[in-house]
Amino acid sequence: MNTQLLLIQVFNGLVNGAFYALLSLGLAVIFGMLRIVNFMHGALYMLGAFTAFALGQAFGLGFWPSLILAPLIVAGIGMVLERGLLSRLYGLEPSYNLLLTFGLTLLTQDLVKQVMLSQYAVSSAPYTPPPVLSGVVNLGFVVFPKYRLFVIGLSLLICLITWFVIEKTRVGAIIRASTENPGVTRAFGIDVSKWVTGVFGVGVGLAGLAGVLAAPIYSVEPYMGAELIITTFAVVVIGGMGSILGSVITGFAVGVLAAVGAAIYPPIANTLVFILMALVLLVRPSGLFGLPEGAR
Amino acid sequence: MQKKLLTALVSTAALASLTGALAQSVRLTDNVVRVGVLTDLSGVYSELSGQGSVRAAQLAAQDFMAANPSFRNKVQVVGVDHQNKADVASNKAAEMIDRQNVDMLVDLPTSSAALAASEVASKKKIPVMVVTGGTTALTNEKCNKYTFHYAYDNYMLANGTGAAVTKRGGNSWYIIYPNYAFGQDLNRQMTAAIRDNKGRVVTNSDATPFPNTDFSSYLLKAQSLKPKVFGTMQAGADLVNVVKQYNEFGLRQQGIGLGIGLLFETDVAALGQDAFAGALATVPWYWNLDQRARTWAAKFEKSFGKKPTWAQAGVYSATMTYLNAVARAKSDGGDAVVKALEGHRFSDFFARSAYIRPQDHRVILDVYTVQVKPRSQAKETGDIFTKVATIPAARAFQPLAESKCKF
Repeated sequence: MNTQLLLIQVFNGLVNGAFYALLSLGLAVIFGMLRIVNFMHGALYMLGAFTAFALGQAFGLGFWPSLILAPLIVAGIGMVLERGLLSRLYGLEPSYNLLLTFGLTLLTQDLVKQVMLSQYAVSSAPYTPPPVLSGVVNLGFVVFPKYRLFVIGLSLLICLITWFVIEKTRVGAIIRASTENPGVTRAFGIDVSKWVTGVFGVGVGLAGLAGVLAAPIYSVEPYMGAELIITTFAVVVIGGMGSILGSVITGFAVGVLAAVGAAIYPPIANTLVFILMALVLLVRPSGLFGLPEGAR
Repeated sequence: MQKKLLTALVSTAALASLTGALAQSVRLTDNVVRVGVLTDLSGVYSELSGQGSVRAAQLAAQDFMAANPSFRNKVQVVGVDHQNKADVASNKAAEMIDRQNVDMLVDLPTSSAALAASEVASKKKIPVMVVTGGTTALTNEKCNKYTFHYAYDNYMLANGTGAAVTKRGGNSWYIIYPNYAFGQDLNRQMTAAIRDNKGRVVTNSDATPFPNTDFSSYLLKAQSLKPKVFGTMQAGADLVNVVKQYNEFGLRQQGIGLGIGLLFETDVAALGQDAFAGALATVPWYWNLDQRARTWAAKFEKSFGKKPTWAQAGVYSATMTYLNAVARAKSDGGDAVVKALEGHRFSDFFARSAYIRPQDHRVILDVYTVQVKPRSQAKETGDIFTKVATIPAARAFQPLAESKCKF
């Protein structure tokens, strides 16, 4: 393959990378702060896309309002689930919340399928990008959909904001303190469990946002998160469980790697990420940016 | 009064002895004919076949029982999910035959699953009618005495669409295909059909993972290769994603047409027909082909709530053809039914000028090259195809001389 084609694929890989980054960022925030392995993340991503589609069908809402509303709705659903179900499992082994979130995933997928079939008579629906972002733009080296450029840009911005809030602000400091040492934080008069719910909401809101962004690219269907979530978990593991920087950088890197792989030798595209994971874990068992468990 | 009573008695007795005689002459194992619909009830092909296929088989069973009183309450339909996986299909086929006493299998979307189930059924001497699986291996190197290939196959698709598109000027192709039995076979058949019509495939075809959602890498490759036709051998939900992204990347505006190997009505519905407008495809049937087709489709829609896909119509027709063979053979024994099917000539609302070739069990029938209409030309919902050409049964499928089948 020539260099130009390779460059094009590197660029193209950033789009999928943007989805991996947004999703694994949410997972990392939730795991890093709350120690919850949220297997339901893929289903919440799908819910984001489905909510945007349903808002459009029911209220005629366009892409822009949905881009804000749908993640908020998904965050709300997430917070209800955290308060109602997940919070009851704190202190138990992580496998309990893994099983719970896995079960919720199956439930959500089938529910959405039923709703889609009964309400819209389809189980896979199209969603078009807003007019200002439809069409292609000639970048000189490649003709590329405008919408995909927007996805790369917005996702980078969101990742940056999340990182900034957690690492550099007072809010971030409270969040970090509440997870590091809940007892002491409570002694300062801070309601830790409210913060935990809020962080969970932000994490799944990011998944919802990724879902809305995905709707115009992929068709909206109940199982759209099922395949993606496996890759996303691999990204989180490679980046280092709980590392925000690690999940963002690894997310984009894996997207690029998969795109280049698909162009050079298509059958390997979906396996590449797992080969990478195996290699990284051999050399650095706690991931690229992760700290060993004892060093926390 | 007495006379009336006497007549009633006599006629009842006569009727009883008549049905008794009929029932005796038909030999059914456990007194029931069980039709097993082995299909995808949850995955990417569940909308184009799935529950609709099960319903179609049930309708066929009802209509058959109504027309043949001696079979009243003697035909049952069982629907089972094979998840598009060969190993699951193989296990489920064995389980249906051994435990549920199924007498035949029908539908079988996903070629790898169809091949696996066909192998199991032939060992157990149970007839299989593959409607939704496309690989030509079923009537070639993997053929067997109990497997019949109904509706369509990859040779017919390639021969129809590949030839039609190439002849209309689309003579350079870049092809992607899902990496399993169906896609690999369709890619081979399509490439051959393009070459036979003096077209060329510009570079090696690319095998994509199955299932897959993101096809941007291949669309960008097409952009740089600049073929006249971007050929996609994907089907179902995967095809929907390919076409969506084909439009997103603006390939049509860049002069790269779209060639579709296998197209179902549900795929068009999922994306809106404008996304597919102008694309050519080959189908064995569509619901508004003519009045006869429309009548049956209306009946199906009333029962199922949706218009039938050609796969579902094919399942009805295949089930009916099987049941009629049981009636002719007066038995549901595998060997007897196979004998009654071989060489059978018939024509129903679905299969026109149909003939079951005894040598390879290919069911040949008239097929149609169609073009997707833009939405503005549709007269009602679901009116998506314009017929471009009818390919007569004798020319639509692989000639017997080329078949590698021996049994």
